[in-house]
Amino acid sequence: MSGMETLCYELLGSRRPAPFAPVLVGVVASGNLEVLVESTDSDRCILRIDTSARGFGTIWEAVVRDFHGRHRLAGVALTIHDMGATPAIVSLRLEQAAAQLEEGRA
Amino acid sequence: MIRMSYAECSARQRLSLLLDEGRFREWLPPQARVMSPHLAQLSMPCAFDDGIAIGCGYLAGRNVFVAAQEGEFMGGGVGEVHGAKLTGLLLRALRDRPSAVVLLAESGGVRLHEANAGLIAVSEVMRAVLDVRAAGIPVVTLVGGSKGCFGGMGIVARCTDRVIMSETGRLSMSGPEVIEASEGVEEFDAGDRALVWRTTGGKHRFLSGDCDELVEDDVQAFREAAAAAISRPDASRPPTLDALQREHSALAQRLAVAGTEADAISFWSRLGVQGAARVPDLGVAAVAALRPRVAAMLAG
Repeated sequence: MSGMETLCYELLGSRRPAPFAPVLVGVVASGNLEVLVESTDSDRCILRIDTSARGFGTIWEAVVRDFHGRHRLAGVALTIHDMGATPAIVSLRLEQAAAQLEEGRA
Repeated sequence: MIRMSYAECSARQRLSLLLDEGRFREWLPPQARVMSPHLAQLSMPCAFDDGIAIGCGYLAGRNVFVAAQEGEFMGGGVGEVHGAKLTGLLLRALRDRPSAVVLLAESGGVRLHEANAGLIAVSEVMRAVLDVRAAGIPVVTLVGGSKGCFGGMGIVARCTDRVIMSETGRLSMSGPEVIEASEGVEEFDAGDRALVWRTTGGKHRFLSGDCDELVEDDVQAFREAAAAAISRPDASRPPTLDALQREHSALAQRLAVAGTEADAISFWSRLGVQGAARVPDLGVAAVAALRPRVAAMLAG
């Protein structure tokens, strides 16, 4: 069956950014994605992914763990709308999102 | 100052560069998650803002309401929510009376996945644009995105007080592919980029009077032109019966000048442009210099 696939990851983090206004990076387009970053009270980094490309859960998990390994964010929820972006593009957008959080803090 | 291509910017980048810095306040921002109710049913990804950002800000010190369509998301197609955000912005302008409304249009027209809801939405946008203009609030459209401004949004653009375009910008009703598919490649070859641009591009629209100002593909140039358009004494041109009758006779005159010529180059020649075949190679200033003579021809 076709359709969207939803993936969720919750990872324990240690770096909690100061409260911030929601940040949006990227655009939903073929081979691209948008990431909405919001502040939460949780001690975790929560990622929720809606993707039009089904069956790539293992790769998503690897990309997400790689991102989390670099930033160890806590109190952050990232919601992703994906339209078949490659892992490299996903990593780029996640880094852009993290960089905007840094900027907001400065 | 570094030139920033308007065509290559996202809708949100355009807003942040076009408006006075740090003064944009968005309504129904992404985190509000007011999204398309239709796309999920079709197993298509939604966008947090349904492909359009609306809000208020300042342009060269004047308070304006603005909307920016994101051409990358479904070609800027107008769906139910997308259209409702545009209509809502215009209705709020009627209530709050900002100095002007500025539309950063980039759209293929109605989003076909939401056909009926999208069509109704576009008609509501048109009506609201005319109401805002009738209330004496100028509405200005900027067309410079790589997806152009087609279909219902092409009509919306021409319902506004003024249209500002770059050479890259395209403005029309049916898009090139639509014409080719329905009328055949002999009628219109959508793969002929030079043909597409000289038929729908900024230069042609400017010379034929459908666009009021031609600017470089540069966000700063769009900003300056938009600021000038909303601050001139005749910024508001309410659609009165007199004004509409004048416009109709101007269109009849244009049709008479155009004759049966099918190609833009022949049309430019008939408008009195010397060496019309060179127009596609001319810069913005050179094309702008042709306008007075052409306008005189169109005025009859």
